[in-house]
Amino acid sequence: MIRLVPRTETAPVWQVATPILAVLATMIAGGLLFAVMGYDPLAAIRTIFWDPLFGQAAAYSRPQLLVKAGPLILIASGLAVGFRAGIWNIGAEGQYIIGGLCGAGVALAAYPGEHWWLFPAMIAAGAAGGWAWGMIPALLRNSFGASEILVSLMLVYVAERCAAWMAFGPMKNPEGFGFPGSRNLQQYPSAANPELIAGTGAHWGVFAAALAVLATWVLMSRHIRGLHIRAAGLAPRAARFAGVRPEALVAFCLGLSGALAGMAGLFEVAGPAGQITDSFGSGYGFTAIIVAFLGRLNPFGILLAGLLLALTYIGGELAQLTMQLPAATVQVFQGMLLFFLLGFDLLTRFRVERRITA
Amino acid sequence: MIDLTTLIPALLIAATPILYAALGELVVERAGVLNLGVEGMMIVGALAGFAAAVATGSPAMGFVAAAAAGAAVSMVFALLTQFLLANQVASGLALTLFGLGLAALFGKSYEGVKAPAMMAGPMGLNWMVWIGFVAVAAIWFFLNRTRPGLILRGVGENHDAAHGLGHPVRRVRIAAIAFGGAMAGIGGAFISIAIVLQWTEGMTAGAGWIALAIVVFSNWTAPGVLAGAWLFGGVTALQLRLQAAGVAVPVQLLSMAPYLATIIVLTLISARQKFSRRAGLGAPGSLGQNFHALR
Repeated sequence: MIRLVPRTETAPVWQVATPILAVLATMIAGGLLFAVMGYDPLAAIRTIFWDPLFGQAAAYSRPQLLVKAGPLILIASGLAVGFRAGIWNIGAEGQYIIGGLCGAGVALAAYPGEHWWLFPAMIAAGAAGGWAWGMIPALLRNSFGASEILVSLMLVYVAERCAAWMAFGPMKNPEGFGFPGSRNLQQYPSAANPELIAGTGAHWGVFAAALAVLATWVLMSRHIRGLHIRAAGLAPRAARFAGVRPEALVAFCLGLSGALAGMAGLFEVAGPAGQITDSFGSGYGFTAIIVAFLGRLNPFGILLAGLLLALTYIGGELAQLTMQLPAATVQVFQGMLLFFLLGFDLLTRFRVERRITA
Repeated sequence: MIDLTTLIPALLIAATPILYAALGELVVERAGVLNLGVEGMMIVGALAGFAAAVATGSPAMGFVAAAAAGAAVSMVFALLTQFLLANQVASGLALTLFGLGLAALFGKSYEGVKAPAMMAGPMGLNWMVWIGFVAVAAIWFFLNRTRPGLILRGVGENHDAAHGLGHPVRRVRIAAIAFGGAMAGIGGAFISIAIVLQWTEGMTAGAGWIALAIVVFSNWTAPGVLAGAWLFGGVTALQLRLQAAGVAVPVQLLSMAPYLATIIVLTLISARQKFSRRAGLGAPGSLGQNFHALR
């Protein structure tokens, strides 16, 4: 008979070991899936996890690592703060889209003028847009008790339709020969978010992501607000008696994660994506949830997790090209990873004991 | 411009996928489990149902397969939350992300395939629409008038007390999760084999999340779920009519209507549950909490 005994403190060894176990288990389960689908499992795993970094096309794919990891890390570090407090913002995808729309709106309004202040203004607009979109569920939860999970998620679909409307309507490129989609901001020097260090893929968003990791680490481990957040997550009632106002935390966490997701959207529209299209939302907001959990809601863990999931994106694209693996494989991989992670998480909170039942 | 004799059937059809999924989730939540994976189970059901309907030529077989597939993927959630005691919010999200990926992966070969024609029931409406009404009554009866229903509610209201009385908390919850998965699968299949008649990636388009909101709207009762599903069916049908009528509002903005309506109604109902003194029964007491028997 196997028995689970709750641990009084989480085990530090398992904190580090479970994400690694989860990744290994995902590789094994993924390999089985590939075998069932009729692909060579070892070759597929190598194409996804090894070739983007060290394979023949690595010179092209390596810079993509930072391009993809930047938005994931930026969004996930905001989400993790809320998750710690038990505040579930799962609508980061919507905040990302609205941030991109607001930032692009500023740029398109200023077109074709060249101003030094334009890019900073776009960042501010992107962050403000994401913040405002995140504050909708915060306000509805604080004033009326509406579930922030459902409201933030519903707003993703609203934001997607906003992007489609903008791409076909107000933001459509007047010189675009009738094709939907805005002007390409990469060709607008004041508004572009270019690769800053050649060959690395690092654009402003990557630096913002690094900053977000540091800032959320300071917040969570050195600031009184971080203490409140952790207290509210571990023992909501005790936190309330200690004077933590839950409403303030809800507004702070949803606002912060919204602003970071909005900034990620802005960096994307001004950089790698280049323009607003009806499919501007690319799923980063949802994948970032996996990144936050895989990183154990810890800022530095999120850094590593973001790089790993960026690798699965690039590896997935590579496998699509070289092995004709379907594009959705990566999605399945990411979903499985979260399953295994949540499953193995048991080991951090419980001791597994074997005993002979009387 | 808008004819009621065509709007009402359109409403009933648009409401049906959400009705099935929300009825399933209602039972799951009354057992004290919050499964946010409805969207994932629906899309898996949509694909499995479509594939089975195409393979056998029988839409009825499609619905059977969809129920089986929905229940099967829901067991991953059951394993995580009932045995490995994982967080229910995160596990449900994982199920949604996994289901969307899985369906996209295996759905590729069904793109462009046409579904077999569906047998029409009374009043030219699909049989599954009528079966949905029966399901509302049956679930109401089960929850409020039978002993197993009472045990299920007891497990959801206070799992420690139910355990103390000797009821198998875990087994009841696993059964409820499987039922919820089957119903979500049927709801998803209704979209692919009775409404759209095709398979497209991501075709459930948030219906599973709307179903979750409807359970809150219903104040956790079966008749409330029916009212909620009709409300959203109405908004969807009306929105589609306005699109077809060529109203001078961009299509993309009109198609926001069901989602905005969900937010508004969710807010109003939450406010009533929060401020009302004699709030009906509200959320089950143990909703979203994991049960771990120490003795």
